[in-house]
Amino acid sequence: MAEAHPVGFQWVMEAKRRGAKVFHVDPRFTRTSAVADTYLPIRAGTDIALLGGVVNHILENELDFREYVLSYTNAATIVSERFVDAEDGDGFFSGFDPETGSYVQDSWQYAGHESDSGSGHTAQERDSAAGLRHESHGAQVHGETLRDETLQHPRCVYQILKRHFARYTPEMVERVCGIPREKFLELARAWTENSGRERTGCLIYSVGWTQHSVGVQYIRTGAIIQLLLGNMGRPGGGILALRGHASIQGSTDIPTLFNLLPGYLPMPHHADHPTFDAWVDSIRHPGQKGFWGNARAFGASLLKAYWGDAATPENDFCYGHLPRLTGDHGTYQQVLNMIDGKVKGYFLLGQNPAVGSAHGRAQRLGMANLDWLVVRDLFMIESATFWQNGPEVATGEIVPEQCRTEVFFLPAASYVEKEGTFTQTQRLVQWREKAVDPPGDARSELWFFYHLGRRLREKLAGSDQPRDRALLDLAWDYPTHGPHAEPSAEAVLREINGYDVTTGRLLSSFAEAKDDGSTAIGCWIYSGVYADGVNQAARRRSRHEQDWVAAEWGWAWPANRRILYNRASADPQGRPWSERKRYVWWDPDAGEWTGYDVPDFERTKPPTYRPPKGAAGPEGIAGDDAFVMQGDGKGWLYAPSGVLDGPLPTHFEPAESPMRNPLYGQQANPTRKVYAHPVNSVNPSPPQEHSQVFPYVFTVSRLTEHHTAGAMSRTVRPLAELQPEMFVEVSPELAAEAGLTHLGWAHLISGRAVIEAKVLVTDRLTPLRVDGRVIHQLWLPYHFGFEGLVTGDSANDLFGITLDPNVLIQESKIGTCDVRPGRRPTGPALRDLVADYQRRAGIIPGRTPPMVTVRRPAGQADEGPGEHADA
Amino acid sequence: MGIRAFIEGWPVYRQLTGTDPLGRGAAAQSGRSARLTARTEGADTVARSVCPYCAVGCGQRVFVTDGRVTQIEGDPDSPISRGRLCPKGSASRSLVTSPLRQTTVRYRRPYATEWEDLELDVALDMIADRILAAREQTWEDVDSEGRPLNRTLGISSLGGATLDNEENYLIKKLFTAMGALQIENQARI
Ligand code: SF4
Repeated sequence: MAEAHPVGFQWVMEAKRRGAKVFHVDPRFTRTSAVADTYLPIRAGTDIALLGGVVNHILENELDFREYVLSYTNAATIVSERFVDAEDGDGFFSGFDPETGSYVQDSWQYAGHESDSGSGHTAQERDSAAGLRHESHGAQVHGETLRDETLQHPRCVYQILKRHFARYTPEMVERVCGIPREKFLELARAWTENSGRERTGCLIYSVGWTQHSVGVQYIRTGAIIQLLLGNMGRPGGGILALRGHASIQGSTDIPTLFNLLPGYLPMPHHADHPTFDAWVDSIRHPGQKGFWGNARAFGASLLKAYWGDAATPENDFCYGHLPRLTGDHGTYQQVLNMIDGKVKGYFLLGQNPAVGSAHGRAQRLGMANLDWLVVRDLFMIESATFWQNGPEVATGEIVPEQCRTEVFFLPAASYVEKEGTFTQTQRLVQWREKAVDPPGDARSELWFFYHLGRRLREKLAGSDQPRDRALLDLAWDYPTHGPHAEPSAEAVLREINGYDVTTGRLLSSFAEAKDDGSTAIGCWIYSGVYADGVNQAARRRSRHEQDWVAAEWGWAWPANRRILYNRASADPQGRPWSERKRYVWWDPDAGEWTGYDVPDFERTKPPTYRPPKGAAGPEGIAGDDAFVMQGDGKGWLYAPSGVLDGPLPTHFEPAESPMRNPLYGQQANPTRKVYAHPVNSVNPSPPQEHSQVFPYVFTVSRLTEHHTAGAMSRTVRPLAELQPEMFVEVSPELAAEAGLTHLGWAHLISGRAVIEAKVLVTDRLTPLRVDGRVIHQLWLPYHFGFEGLVTGDSANDLFGITLDPNVLIQESKIGTCDVRPGRRPTGPALRDLVADYQRRAGIIPGRTPPMVTVRRPAGQADEGPGEHADA
Repeated sequence: MGIRAFIEGWPVYRQLTGTDPLGRGAAAQSGRSARLTARTEGADTVARSVCPYCAVGCGQRVFVTDGRVTQIEGDPDSPISRGRLCPKGSASRSLVTSPLRQTTVRYRRPYATEWEDLELDVALDMIADRILAAREQTWEDVDSEGRPLNRTLGISSLGGATLDNEENYLIKKLFTAMGALQIENQARI
């Protein structure tokens, strides 16, 4: 955190000054480790084993915050008798379908709810990265649940959890993660001691956690600990995701993502959502508890914002105009389709996949096979010049005279040359004022897309083609100003906020959304950002003039709420858990919830409220159901649906690992998304043969002085000077073993690429003794490329493409490689070296490794057709 | 210079008699540094802004003189950053004023070995034509069972995490209306 989010880290130091203990878990000793109380080096890719060890420590010693757990989590809920745990299935839960490599979730449901899991089969949900929809709300369950408040029932969640993690002992943590058991116990004790009425503990992760084939389950394990210890919805608690870009949270909320519409509404699927009603019902699940009951109003208001006057209740608000998903249309599938010649044109908007995405060579080969490419950026980035200066030009794979891609480079306006909002990592929306005009041809994206849209509509005017209706009907009148006719960002923000269609009055919250076409809302969760006609995101009341919650600095979605689920900061009766941890509470005299933050609860619903039988929607949420977006009002220790690869986290080895999974016969996540494409490959892992060809583990992360793919830092003099060169960090032991010298050159080889780097021999990395053997880990920054003031080979070139099944994010924090002293070969000899390694490792490009590495997954009556690789 | 002014200009005297006994501040200041003024003092305007790098969202103040950014500093009012910036945030002025920035449209013809210049307006028009052609070539009205698809898989887009919410909103709105659904950004990566 001190490296990648330095200014955020001041609050960790502030907490430390007040007595907090800081633990830092990382494969590499960093600036964070230097000031932490305890640093724990870990084998990359084993976080579930470590965190599972903490869960086990809590449950074995009954250290959970019992009152919180009983009232606010699903610990007491009884699960279906058909459920079989991964502990009894050698890594598989019940319901695995080897044909599709995915689960049927019926047997994971709560008892009596076996038919509630929506589609039941999750193969399609994986392709549409459906897990992302739950970012704003939990997955749903129906109606009433069976509970055992004594937590003794063998099928209650508490007991299932206890059995599931029973083997995650301190000894196992040491064996899997390479963390000595005393150090592990120090962490487990400190964490559990910061629990209860008086204390809270906080878990912070950087989003490298998401870049694993089990990334979502890493975070789930953290969530289980935080729920067991009563750390959610309370001040000083929570799980803080440190995201990496100024508005990456915003670009998820108001998405430029294939599977989502604004406010986490799903893009319609051709088979599941044939009509507006079917689409709405798939979101709101009629009859269920919680706050999604209003999905019809959110959906109708979005379509009204899109298609204005053309959108009417009679034509389902132009629902028919929306394009439909048929499967996986994610960025990696797109790139493979580019290589196969299926994509004509590609827009790059402030993003540099030639350096920043996994498998850089595949990215560049894809871009070299387009009809046209539009790059909008501040600088001439690698993704704009791959046809001229890319590594494939050197190897002869891209020949400029034979590369047909037409490239348009359009200079972009910088962040000080336009106005608008960023949403930072805590959902805080902050408005930026414009300082100066952009230079020359540089324009904002707002300008580019507004005028592109205008031009398309002009060219199509008079068209009677049905497919052009959606463009011609589009509500596309934004006021403009200045010599370049810059559209008004405030007007767009007002549309995002939403307004009454007849009066134009801006809405103050999404509670005002209507399903009859009388409101238009661009993104319902942002409704209120323009409440009272005031740009709330532009508020800048000094921190000196308000309390520590600072509610008048910017605006947080939803409803300017700074801590989600903050009903849990009070006890079930509505009283603060303690004076120290007072945050939101029930005021019996006023008959309402009050406190420092906007309560995440119906303001006047008393703690004693109990829903009438069969109540649905918000009415079904009891006065002590703190997790109001969940169908049962509870925080989910166990996830009966919503997570595709299991209701509980389970340790799997990364897709590329030198080690056999010490916990299960199943080696890696059996539901991970793989692509059998000739450009892609995966290095062999046990039980496959030849894993020793790539004996080392490498991991990548950021330097303080550079930013992601380098477009905003390798082009900036002070930053380029501070970190001028690509390098690889190795331990003295590995340097001795591989013959590497400090400040000399090394090259690293994977099944995809060879890259070179200067060697930094340092004890920041240490060999780990794991399961009776020594594992060496190397570390690389991933910022370098071939353009800019400082250049170097790209670490991301080493990775293949394997994705997490829930959100389709690639595993790019860990891979296996070989390392050799000296510089890499150049020209065609470079590809020969890769081919030689592929041959020695038995890699056949385009063939995926065996997904199932046990003889028979649980729940399979007979020998499944899954490949068997124990040979 | 009178004798009194001479003595008062002597740092040790100021250190002994003034408010700076340790001689680390006012006492040690030279006449030259006393006459210097900060770039920020004479700025024509100051814009309240936010750092464009990571997602911490540190507050910034952008100082502008004669239509040029002269300094970018941390905003001491921000409850997030309390005026602080890391090396990247501190380099923001160098970012926006970098001589490496491209300020004109560049165009590479198919099979060309060099860039050419192109008018922005012409580029916009050419891109619009190419979008319409790609839709023409790859449009899918319905699936094999006659259910609507309304889309093209011939157009892709990547980017958004460095852009404004308002921009992402228009991008998604326009692409959706075009039938282009292969829209992605760093949040997937
Ligand atoms: S100043 Fe540094 S920590 Fe703050 S937002 Fe910018 S990059 Fe992040």
